[in-house]
Amino acid sequence: MDIKHVKDYIYWLYYQYLLITCSYVLEPWEQSMFHTITVTVVAMVLYTAYVFIPIHIRLALEFFSQMFGSQPENMVSIMD
Amino acid sequence: SRAATETASLHAIAVWMLRNPYNRWMRNGIANGGLYKRPFNESFEQAPMYVAVFTYVGFAVGTIFGYMRDCIRTFGLEKCHHSAEREEQKDFVPLYQDFENFYTRNLYTRIRDNWNRPICSAPGPQFDLMERVSDDRNMTFRFTGRIIKNVINIGSYNYLGFAETEHNAMKRVGNELQKYGLGICSTRQEMGNLDKHVELENLLAEFLGVEAALVFGMGFATNSMNIPALVGKGCLILSDELNHTSLILGARLSGATIRVFKHNNVQSLEKLLRDAIVHGQPRSRRAWKKILILVEGIYSMEGSIVRLPEIVALKKRYKAYLYLDEEHSIGAVGRTGRGVVEYFGMDPDDIDVLMGTFTKSFGAVGGYIAGKKELVDYLRSHSHSATYANSVSPAVVEQIIRTIQCLMGLDGTTEGIQRVQQLEENTRYFRKRLHELGFIIYGNDDSPVVPLLLYMPGKLGAFARRMLEKKIGVVVVGFPATPIMESRARFCVSAAHTREMLDTVLNALDELGDVMNLKYSRNSRSSRPELYDEASFELED
Repeated sequence: MDIKHVKDYIYWLYYQYLLITCSYVLEPWEQSMFHTITVTVVAMVLYTAYVFIPIHIRLALEFFSQMFGSQPENMVSIMD
Repeated sequence: SRAATETASLHAIAVWMLRNPYNRWMRNGIANGGLYKRPFNESFEQAPMYVAVFTYVGFAVGTIFGYMRDCIRTFGLEKCHHSAEREEQKDFVPLYQDFENFYTRNLYTRIRDNWNRPICSAPGPQFDLMERVSDDRNMTFRFTGRIIKNVINIGSYNYLGFAETEHNAMKRVGNELQKYGLGICSTRQEMGNLDKHVELENLLAEFLGVEAALVFGMGFATNSMNIPALVGKGCLILSDELNHTSLILGARLSGATIRVFKHNNVQSLEKLLRDAIVHGQPRSRRAWKKILILVEGIYSMEGSIVRLPEIVALKKRYKAYLYLDEEHSIGAVGRTGRGVVEYFGMDPDDIDVLMGTFTKSFGAVGGYIAGKKELVDYLRSHSHSATYANSVSPAVVEQIIRTIQCLMGLDGTTEGIQRVQQLEENTRYFRKRLHELGFIIYGNDDSPVVPLLLYMPGKLGAFARRMLEKKIGVVVVGFPATPIMESRARFCVSAAHTREMLDTVLNALDELGDVMNLKYSRNSRSSRPELYDEASFELED
């Protein structure tokens, strides 16, 4: 019963995606092309996020901790 | 002169009170004051921002795929089924504007099966549809031979339910058909003026409370052929933004200058009137010969009712003329079905030209123009439609006479009033329930035309198809009849709909609203009280 619920919900989400992006009106081969492009773009966005966001967060944290940290340590790290 | 300054200052105060946005009690009308004798509730709720974004996304996807398909068609990879020139003609000036047809070719054709559905019974509260399928993605259709019976009709303009085939109701029409035949074979001015036409015009003038009326064979032609007879070059036409094509065509044919004011916006109209009177005609600065204000009683795409008391007050102050097109409102609003003039409790003498059609509430064809006797006599000889077009067929005239006599109570029954009251009740119930369910509805609370906003182009086709699967026939409208972001489904409530039919439709809408996520309204009022977990609901001490 629960699995049916989940499957229905996932189908409902897919239907919403079809309606919102107007791919409901496209022919089947156009739909496949559109789905491929969408999935590719979303996959690339997620991969970029996975690769770059941790590094950027670490750099940002370092930058802010330098501003609020002690001064001599600051001078040393800049002169290096 | 003292009286004049007093009325001027009173008017100034009244205008200030109407304009001041904090004076909402004045604007919405209270029982004992103001120009409105009853509350005027209109709402045009805006959808949340994400809806607009998704609509744009949908149209963008459709446009991109449209360009791609056009590309494929140009390179010959796919056969083009639409109109195109022959190879030899391609060196000359192009015959078809490609972009005009872009929308038709690439977006409309994909969901074309929801329009032009052939019906094979009278358009009553329920009708029969011919089943139609397409094998090549809506380029051509074929009939399977089956008939879908008893589809609930919530799209026909059958406001009072007079589009019926019941034997007793149609007996009089049948008799007239036996007596006169069907064709007239002449225009009104030559041999086509029957005694039935004179009878109808007298009856119509009595019904509307005016001096005289003139009947034409076609509603569209009434507007487009009579406005040129009333105004010409050197006159000014002030027309509402959302006027019907027949009014716009008539205005353009007349050759007068046309200026457009914002929909139902009296401030915009007043500004245009003042500019027109102060500045006069564009280059010569002469006074305009006539200023004609074109408005409609109920606007069929929005469901809004015209602000008639304010417009009549403006017209009197600035000495303009008013042309009121009551195609949807005659028979549908008003305590006894006499249109917006009765709805607002006004005097029909205030409106210069009353126009209406018989196609909507009366279940017939044709249009009329009513007003002072001089106006009607002038139009009898100067109107193109009266001079050149065939007059109304006698069977149709009898149908109109029958319905008007029914509405006035002259046939000895109270059926007319019952129908008007049933329509009012159905309208209120339908609109109230739709508000509670959470849909965005446009228009006035009392108008039987109910547009339900769908916004996204993908939902248009899905909505109409699913409603047909549930055996309910709806009309969905998109661009270019509506603004591109606001596609909608338009419901027309009828007096012939029973409570069960309306409930069936509302339940189907409830279900579809959840499945397709159409309940955008943020102001929904629920009538269901919150349930508590208590076993009893007694007050605690």
